Amino acid sequence: MEKFAALIDALVYTRSRNEKLRLIADYLRATPDPDRGWALAALTDGLDFPAVKSSTIRTILMERVDPVLWTLSRDFVGDTAETASLLWPAPLAPAGPPPTVSEAVALLGAMTRKSVLTELPAMLDRLDPSGRYALLKLATGAMRIGISSRLAKVAFAQAFAVSVEEVEEYWHCLAPPYAELFAWAAAGAPPPDIANLPTFRPFMLAHPLEELEVDLADYAAEWKWDGIRVQLVRAGDQSRVYSRSGDDISASFPELLDLLPFPAVFDGELLVRGSHQGGEEGGAASFNALQQRLGRKTVSKAMLADYPAFVRLYDVLLAEGEDLRAAPWTTRRARLEQLVTRLPASHFDLSQVIAAGSFTELAEIRGRTRDEAIEGVMLKRRDSPYVAGRRTGLWYKWKRDPLLIDCVLMYAQRGSGKRSSFYSDYTFGCWNGDPDAGAELLPVGKAYSGFTDEELKKLDRHVRRHTVNRFGPVRETDRSLVFEVAFDSVHASKRHKSGLAMRFPRIHRIRWDKPVHEADRISALAALVQD
Amino acid sequence: MGGTNALSPRYRAVSAPFSWIRAEPHGIHVVPADCWVDPSRPVDRALVTHGHADHARGGHGQTVATPETLAIMDLRYNTREGALPAQYGETLALAGGVTASFIPAGHVLGSAQILLEHAGERVVITGDYKRRPDPTCPPFEVTPCDIFITEATFGLPLFTHPPIEQEIGKLLQALADHPDACVLVGAYALGKAQRVIAELRAAGHHQPIYLHGAMERMCRLYEELGVPLGDLRLVADATKDQMRGHVVVCPPSALNDRWSRRLPDPITAMASGWMRVRQRARQRNVELPLIISDHADWGELTATVEEVNPYETWITHGREEALLRWHELHQRRARALALVGYEDEDD
Repeated sequence: MEKFAALIDALVYTRSRNEKLRLIADYLRATPDPDRGWALAALTDGLDFPAVKSSTIRTILMERVDPVLWTLSRDFVGDTAETASLLWPAPLAPAGPPPTVSEAVALLGAMTRKSVLTELPAMLDRLDPSGRYALLKLATGAMRIGISSRLAKVAFAQAFAVSVEEVEEYWHCLAPPYAELFAWAAAGAPPPDIANLPTFRPFMLAHPLEELEVDLADYAAEWKWDGIRVQLVRAGDQSRVYSRSGDDISASFPELLDLLPFPAVFDGELLVRGSHQGGEEGGAASFNALQQRLGRKTVSKAMLADYPAFVRLYDVLLAEGEDLRAAPWTTRRARLEQLVTRLPASHFDLSQVIAAGSFTELAEIRGRTRDEAIEGVMLKRRDSPYVAGRRTGLWYKWKRDPLLIDCVLMYAQRGSGKRSSFYSDYTFGCWNGDPDAGAELLPVGKAYSGFTDEELKKLDRHVRRHTVNRFGPVRETDRSLVFEVAFDSVHASKRHKSGLAMRFPRIHRIRWDKPVHEADRISALAALVQD
Repeated sequence: MGGTNALSPRYRAVSAPFSWIRAEPHGIHVVPADCWVDPSRPVDRALVTHGHADHARGGHGQTVATPETLAIMDLRYNTREGALPAQYGETLALAGGVTASFIPAGHVLGSAQILLEHAGERVVITGDYKRRPDPTCPPFEVTPCDIFITEATFGLPLFTHPPIEQEIGKLLQALADHPDACVLVGAYALGKAQRVIAELRAAGHHQPIYLHGAMERMCRLYEELGVPLGDLRLVADATKDQMRGHVVVCPPSALNDRWSRRLPDPITAMASGWMRVRQRARQRNVELPLIISDHADWGELTATVEEVNPYETWITHGREEALLRWHELHQRRARALALVGYEDEDD
């Protein structure tokens, strides 16, 4: 555990990407199995110990530290694991040597919700503050130290001089501590056999188009549908639905599982039937409807009937034993158009290519799409292979322009992680009538992005100087600052006092200059609802 | 609030105990003497605990402080006029039957606690203080009093400053591990920088140490006031190659500044109590956090209150909520003063 803790500390303080890669690669080479496999899983958030939650750590700490002092400390640090690692009192008697990573994983895995309350403290007693931090981060499965799982995979590839694409591909069919992966990469064993496993293939992603214009002779245009990106896999008589991050969400969408009549891997948008978003075989509902189906471990019959899911297909990666990923998009598209005819139309349709003669015409078509609740347009290079991640110049997303509204800052909350000392999460509101006639502000949304680090410093200062009330980590501010808030759409919501919920709100501009009574009213926001 | 240290009988005779001393938003007002302690705006008569800018400001009619603090203020604001020196241990008679004594606070060179006495009541204002040994200034002296006015910069139980030898060891190890690079240490220009340099010397590091231009005059003043700092050179006068394998000291604000491009592959370090928290180090892009503070840590803040054992503690600035809570848990009287303008982000 000491070496793992030292790695975590070094990664926390290292800025350079290359240096981070070197640190991880060195650790993977120097550490024996299975410690390095567990460590790799921890770095990529691949570990889950159901008995250990953030709330467990809080409960354990509150037995040893005054609850008020714990809360004040946690609020200051902005990270439960780190606060606990710093506040943990030294044991009265020596508690034994620090556990190895494998031993820690075995102990954590065997804990129950009851036993964790005595067993986790016993482990903490065996560690120094750095070790406690590493253990608690590993145990709660959320490192949040600026290492993406992609970076860890690149480091793995560098450590053993293998291709990162192969690492990505084998990764998802193997479970921690990845013995076969290390045997292949480090010891030259044959690669893991994944042909008959329904494994996840990393998604191809798009860059934002920004100010660029592209030639439609080179790029095909498609709608960007407003559902969730999924991968549908059938191999060796098993089917899976994966989310964009590679999570298996099959249990939430059982109706899609038995419908693929042949082995294949499809890329598409998961949607719920409705009347908003057009398509070959009828429309789809807005994202709001799909949300009813997300995150469920079991799905009731009523749910299936009320919110029927289907997949609008974008691409095909593998079909009937053939790997199409290296082929150009045109070839894959032609194949997809053939294959879709063999799939039940009740649950599959094709994402249509937009017929536009020029970029200008496409811009015009895109400008008209708001009513259909489409997120914008995708531009795909006609000769692009299907490659993992974002590759410059191949795919672009051209999101529609956001909606804008002027709101007034009401509350600010301290951020976590890198922003732990800053008031960086803002709740803002609109007037429920004429502000000059005594109307009140009602909260309409919360945002924590869209501003620069410099602006964050100014906002933090504003919050501290304009505080009228404190509620733990939250400060209520006087009503003195207007935000121009950008958002993708707004929906009716019973959960909010204003009756409205925004999608993807972010700070568009800080209107230091604008008087608050000129901010928008709730009625202006309500007029933009498209449900 | 019960209070283990009940108000002694002699105070009951006074109609309004401690009414002669008032905490106002911009400083502590000593009413009968009509003077202010560490005021944040210009006043006719100021008592100043130490030279940091949030406590010592220019523009007062008369400034009473230790000779070292006055010299520091003169360097920063040209405040020779109206300066009235008070030696450690000296007691001055102020107007209205108030006396003031200056007692070492162990924070930086010249730093003092100020003991005010009036009508048999004793009030100690610590300014900023620490309890660890510091080769650049005399140590904090515990002074019994009725009202103890303390800071709480590191007033959370998570703050435990490690022994400075350990942190200086980390610095020297990084230097040894990277002979072609330099270690750039961000340190508060008054106090922290000189303490780090003096501790490096005490650890046997007698190589030249390179300074950012903003550090030069303060380091020279320390030497003039009897704190030897060894072979100091200016970054501006050195080549990249000359600085390889050496320590460079700069103010925290210069750490991520374009200025540091003239250094040979600097490893960015910062000497501050805040470095105890990983994300604070990350926010400053610090690669080598050195937990070195000129303030008392949680254990020292609370132990000092127990040693001083006042009738009531007043808390000037910092994490006052937590220190208030500690007083509540230990059945001690305390209150937080809402003073403005005290910042210790760079400690």
